[in-house]
Amino acid sequence: MIVPNVHITSDQQIFWQHGFVKLNETIVTTWAMMIAMTLGSWSITRKLATERTISRWQSALEMVVTAIEGQIKEVGLNQPEKYLPFLGTLFLFIGTCSVCIVIPGFTPPTGSLSTTAALALCVFIAVPLFGIREQGFAAYLTTYVKPTPIMLPFNIIGELSRTLALAIRLFGNMMSGVMIVGILLTITPFIFPIVMTLLGLLTGSVQAYIFSILAAVYIAAATRVAKPKPAAQAKPEPSSA
Amino acid sequence: MDSATLVAVVSIATAGITTGFGCMGPALGEGRSVASAMTSLAQQPDAAPTITRTLFVGLAMIESTAIYTFVVSMILIFANPFWNHFLSQAGGK
Repeated sequence: MIVPNVHITSDQQIFWQHGFVKLNETIVTTWAMMIAMTLGSWSITRKLATERTISRWQSALEMVVTAIEGQIKEVGLNQPEKYLPFLGTLFLFIGTCSVCIVIPGFTPPTGSLSTTAALALCVFIAVPLFGIREQGFAAYLTTYVKPTPIMLPFNIIGELSRTLALAIRLFGNMMSGVMIVGILLTITPFIFPIVMTLLGLLTGSVQAYIFSILAAVYIAAATRVAKPKPAAQAKPEPSSA
Repeated sequence: MDSATLVAVVSIATAGITTGFGCMGPALGEGRSVASAMTSLAQQPDAAPTITRTLFVGLAMIESTAIYTFVVSMILIFANPFWNHFLSQAGGK
């Protein structure tokens, strides 16, 4: 082979293998990220304060949560606290993975198709669940035949293809960042890879935002209650839904 | 020219063509969308958050087509199934 050391995903970097069970780099980095984020937020939220002075970490975390809540509300989900755990987790995981590419030797787990497919499957499953919780089972299913029943296959294909698009988009962006830096290191190893890493930081953050905002848009489309019967819901809402 | 060489030549050439043509359409589309977003921003600076958010989402949607072609060309170069097939055949001989 001409390029022996370039892996298209971090799945192929296997640290430990025992029969069927493999421990590849994606799993290791994913669990490292999960442990770091869980421990970090646990140690911050362990001693929350409501006094006039709060710790700076709590302040930072409150800023993050408030910003995510505001973004979810702007998409059209009027009760962001219902969706904050899911969407916030997606955003924080992808965002932290993207930001951590400044650590030398770290390949983001979102640069592997397995991770992004798992995240996209979470969205694929969560959207009908939120829709059913908001509209009821029958009312949600009728949205698939909404304009006319002819649209049923197209609606189903749309659900599947947007899941595929979510996975491939995130994978392609993160993988291209890692790969471009890897290729540039062999061509111009001095300054230029750093510039591309900077660009990778920007696109990674944008992709984290895009992924979670698209999930929010899909959930908003699924949970939109039909207009003609506003009194059917428990809570009467103002005219602009 | 044996089959493996033929596969390699066709894969490499197709990868270049794929990325080249696949970037043209999204580039034109993104240019148009950014241009109209700039026009709207100049006309209505108050609507900046909404315009920016929808611009980002739309750009990601447009860009994903370019990403698809990029992924296809990366697969053609680094993880080509046909190339691997002929390579394993040559190794088995």
